[in-house]
Amino acid sequence: MEDVKKIMHVMRRAPHGSIYTYEGLEMILIMAAYEQDLSVAFIGDGVYALKEDQDTAGIGIKGFAKTFKALDMYDVEKLYVDRESLEERGLTEDDLLVDVEVLTSEEIGKLMNEQDVVVPH
Amino acid sequence: MLHTINKSPFESSTLETCIRFLQPGDPVLFIEDGVYAVQAGNRFAGLLENTMKDNPVYALQPDLAARGITAVTGGVKNIDYESFVELVEEHQVNSWL
Amino acid sequence: MNIGILLKEGPYNHQASDTAYKFAEAAIKKGHKVDAVFLYNDGVTNVTKHMDPPQDDRDIAKRWNELGEKHGVEVLACIAASKRRGISDDVIIEKGEITGLGTLTDIAIRNDRLVTFGD
Repeated sequence: MEDVKKIMHVMRRAPHGSIYTYEGLEMILIMAAYEQDLSVAFIGDGVYALKEDQDTAGIGIKGFAKTFKALDMYDVEKLYVDRESLEERGLTEDDLLVDVEVLTSEEIGKLMNEQDVVVPH
Repeated sequence: MLHTINKSPFESSTLETCIRFLQPGDPVLFIEDGVYAVQAGNRFAGLLENTMKDNPVYALQPDLAARGITAVTGGVKNIDYESFVELVEEHQVNSWL
Repeated sequence: MNIGILLKEGPYNHQASDTAYKFAEAAIKKGHKVDAVFLYNDGVTNVTKHMDPPQDDRDIAKRWNELGEKHGVEVLACIAASKRRGISDDVIIEKGEITGLGTLTDIAIRNDRLVTFGD
């Protein structure tokens, strides 16, 4: 297929405080059906979307952390997490609920530059 | 890749985050409240000067004018919407919202 | 060059809608085809036809409608985001259309650029 585009979704917001992460995830799930070269980068507060132990019952908002776990069923397997964002938040890969590739900003920056489309959320 | 920044650096860490991901030669364009980053003499002047060693930096003139910013850090190029479009002709776009 | 625009913020509250419009206008003036403006998140409220701003202010919905009318720009609101916010066919401008995220994917695939504006 010649028309496959490299599309990177960039998650930079914390979940729940605003809808951007959730609606971003909805967009990713639809795009996954189109057999493009999809990836998702988690940068800054975006890494909180992948935090283990989220329980939204008390705030009256439907949680969606589990949906991130389902991404590989949609063949969205390229999940990149910015190492510095994790570290400055006192988190490690073990605090995350899915398997990701933890990369330096230099490495993610290079991947960004290869994209045909970057969608911020 | 063209990187656009629309947040004041005094309120948001977007500028500092974006800079970590820049590849040499990538242009950076400040728009909307992002243009407060380029006001001459502010505390981000040094950061921008350092960035400009490898990356051209632009600010959207109508946004500067709207905010009363008349003096910008040396080396920053003020451009109009037409030149914004020209940057988009040359590069894919990464909007740091 | 063919350009798609993704607008993720509502009108008036944030400048994103104005910047997106100015950018679209400049791109068209330079001879590019602005294929579509896709509205997402609160951006879907850009096309509600009952907007009635003071006379000396810009009418953002009307402006998007004119862009559709004069330049064939598709003005599309995401259906999932619209339903959540009470936006339906009855309340949107003539040139507006409610459609799925698959359409956005098509826009991303068929255009040379996808430029995003938002908060």
